[in-house]
Amino acid sequence: MAAVFKNPLIRWIDHRLPVFSYLQHEANDYPTPKNLSYWWNFGSIAGFMLMIMIATGIFLAMQYTPHVDHAFNSVERIMRDVNYGWMLRYLHMNGASMFFIAVYIHIFRGIYYGSFKAPRELLWIIGVVILLLMMATAFMGYVLPWGQMSFWGATVITNLFSALPVVGGKIVTLLWGGFAVDNPTLNRFFSLHYLLPFVILGVVVVHVIALHRFGSNNPTGIDMKGSQDSIPFHPYYTVKDMYGLGVFMLFYAFWVFFAPVALGDPDNFIPANPLSTPEHIVPEWYFLPFYAILRSIPDKLTGVLAMGASIAVLFILPWLDRSPVRSGAYRPAFKRFFWTLVFVCAILMFAGKYAPANYWLPFEFTIVPPEALSEAAHLESVDALWPVTFAGGHFGIQVIFLGQLATVYYFGFFLVILPLLSIFERTLPLPLSISKAVLEHHGGGAVQSSPAAAKEKA
Amino acid sequence: MKKRSILLNGLAVLGGLVAILFIAAEPHEHLPGDPKEIVIPREEWSFNGVFGKFDQAQVKRGFQVYKDVCSACHSMDLVSYRNLTQIGFSEDEVKNIAASVQVTDGPNDAGEMFERAGKPSDAFKAPFPNEQAARAANNGALPPDMSLLARSRAGKGFTGYEGADYIHAILTGYKDAPADFKLGDGMNYNEYFHGHQIAMPQPLTDGAVTFADGAPNALEDESRDVAAFLTWAGEPNLESRHLTGLKAMLFLVVFTLLFYAAKRKIWARIH
Amino acid sequence: MADHAQSAQGAGGTRRDFLYLMSASAAAFGGVAVAWPFISSMNPSGDVLALSSIEVDISGVQLGQAITVKWRGKPVFIRHRTPEEIAAAKKSDPEVDPANPKVIIANPAGLRDPQTDASRVQKAEWLILVGVCTHLGCVPLGQKPSDPRGEYGGWYCPCHGSQYDTSGRIRKGPAPLDLEVPVYAFETDTTVKIG
Repeated sequence: MAAVFKNPLIRWIDHRLPVFSYLQHEANDYPTPKNLSYWWNFGSIAGFMLMIMIATGIFLAMQYTPHVDHAFNSVERIMRDVNYGWMLRYLHMNGASMFFIAVYIHIFRGIYYGSFKAPRELLWIIGVVILLLMMATAFMGYVLPWGQMSFWGATVITNLFSALPVVGGKIVTLLWGGFAVDNPTLNRFFSLHYLLPFVILGVVVVHVIALHRFGSNNPTGIDMKGSQDSIPFHPYYTVKDMYGLGVFMLFYAFWVFFAPVALGDPDNFIPANPLSTPEHIVPEWYFLPFYAILRSIPDKLTGVLAMGASIAVLFILPWLDRSPVRSGAYRPAFKRFFWTLVFVCAILMFAGKYAPANYWLPFEFTIVPPEALSEAAHLESVDALWPVTFAGGHFGIQVIFLGQLATVYYFGFFLVILPLLSIFERTLPLPLSISKAVLEHHGGGAVQSSPAAAKEKA
Repeated sequence: MKKRSILLNGLAVLGGLVAILFIAAEPHEHLPGDPKEIVIPREEWSFNGVFGKFDQAQVKRGFQVYKDVCSACHSMDLVSYRNLTQIGFSEDEVKNIAASVQVTDGPNDAGEMFERAGKPSDAFKAPFPNEQAARAANNGALPPDMSLLARSRAGKGFTGYEGADYIHAILTGYKDAPADFKLGDGMNYNEYFHGHQIAMPQPLTDGAVTFADGAPNALEDESRDVAAFLTWAGEPNLESRHLTGLKAMLFLVVFTLLFYAAKRKIWARIH
Repeated sequence: MADHAQSAQGAGGTRRDFLYLMSASAAAFGGVAVAWPFISSMNPSGDVLALSSIEVDISGVQLGQAITVKWRGKPVFIRHRTPEEIAAAKKSDPEVDPANPKVIIANPAGLRDPQTDASRVQKAEWLILVGVCTHLGCVPLGQKPSDPRGEYGGWYCPCHGSQYDTSGRIRKGPAPLDLEVPVYAFETDTTVKIG
């Protein structure tokens, strides 16, 4: 339905640059499945967080100095002297965490409901590109305050590239602009940290264009078959998105105003000192699962490759899971493996947090260094301890071992379980359409089912 | 079919259990119950909690402790004299405090650096001109700058102890070393410091500072007061943060309720 | 889709519209409330404001000498005027209405921006001016004994030739206004607080 605008100015502009009809079509009238659950809110929440990060970032950049001698103090000046500077800073640093929370939930939703399956493979791949850009942006952003964790985190992660054969060392020197992380590194990280969010913005636009080609997936995984299955995006999903945003903002505001540094590391309040390494170098929480995968393989190069593979495997997900049933709601076996994956990722996160040699004592709710156990068991050295041990009457699993088991499951899920499920899984009968599924859910009509419908190949 | 679903359910449940137990586990240096474990005692502070505020009188006394004792070795580069108006000093008092120190300024027209009385806009005067001088005067150890000491010494995570807890513990934790403890040259035994050896000799004792308001000045009081002052110095905008947070949360609750009602109204058409 | 639009206009209109109005207003209010701190952060920060006034010790400035101090990023000229300079300034004074000193009755010297010398100083021998030419912002010469002072014995701006007299008033050249007199106060006879 072509829109006719009443306002003559708008008609004049729209005739020459059809932004208004475009918005009317893509945001107002746009047919959306009528059964989207709240799991579908996280895309718009992530988009909103991107806007907040860009806005706070631009205003912070007005006051920040990207030089090793001034960076730390310029951030403290923002916290103390700049009007509302403390708020801008806390919004920005906690906004990064919120952004990742929203994106991780958004990704898990995509995996569960098969949103990555045909014809949305490219939409999914563009999304993984956004994730990669976010990770690069966040990594560089954390270096900018030039605290101890900023400096040493940058040193450890950039040093990883030296594992690459032949060119590794040269790449690291190129990244650093010198022989160690120093002023040239900080300056270029600032430049790139300012640039990448706008690249993300562009890729997000492409992401939405790809989405609008076939429209949103929905909890049943069945395509919309007609207007009885859809509702216009506005006002239904605009108002639902605003409500979801309100809830998310409450969560965000709690961190910003009442626990602003709880997600970070106190060591970053110490100015960077290249001559003194902190006891534990820990990345921010959203990198911990990847950090755990990296550390679960003792060999440096293989560890780096495993870390890269953990994201690379996401790119090929549409070709690993070939089940003709899209949504996990109708795939009971997949559902169990999926939730196990969620738990395994949580385990990976905490495995990345603690020192790998430490032991988790499940029945005592503690994690202790190996020396504590070897002492209790009167052993000569920690080398006598096995990855799973009952030394001195304490049942312990080494953190690195737990991380390795979790890594095996992570890769096993994508590379083994999903392909096998595609062949052997017995799925539940699918509803005939979205409307029928909605009616059934709300207690009307008998269940009509069809065998697993062939997915649309565009 | 049954066997498979039990297996799969079991797998998910196991994963969940392991995850929950692992997340709930707390890192310690020693086994639970080991007396060697250093546990930082948690104190009650006026600035704790969602409605926390600084006790101005306490922070002022803490400033006096800093000025009379700590500033001999510890700088506080990020705090300026003008910031003291936030803790209850008048503009004139601040001018006097600043003027009581001599700061280096310059160069003058002859090209020389010179000394002049401090101004409110100056940062707190550092006891040493640079790190090397500080180390030389302290047996090679560097007394850390105190501007962010309370923030950097806090326990990690949501349930970690406050930096003030740690500072209070250290200041009151000086004891004679146990008989079997090997104390390094020039080091001091401290119950709460990591490794139990700290380069700083006990800085505070009962009655070391006499407070203008006549408040108690036992070691316990002095160390609490200076810990509160250092918390303020680390985050002077804490009260502002709490107040703005309250307003933001109230607004957001109203906002969310309004949009929830609007959402239900609009969606009623098709439910 | 058309029926959705129609039902939206149907029964229960006012209360529903009120709810939507409230929600939209809340969103708009939230947007403005959030925007304010961003804009406010661009205003001068605490450390900049702290340097917004300075105290200057003028005890070392001899008769006939001048010093320049930096205030709010700009030069401030402090000249210890000789009796001759004061007299020369007064000679070119415009005539003002004694009842209302802001009203100029006569301007025999043809001052572009007529002001009496007395209105530009608190103590006649101390002339304190912001040393920024009111034309396009250059710093006029005349502080050092070796500097050119122009025909009127005050200051000469090398950029476009503006000339100021011993009261800092514009006499010749493209500048439209007299040199600005900053807010200042004598704390003691030998210290003046500017700003």
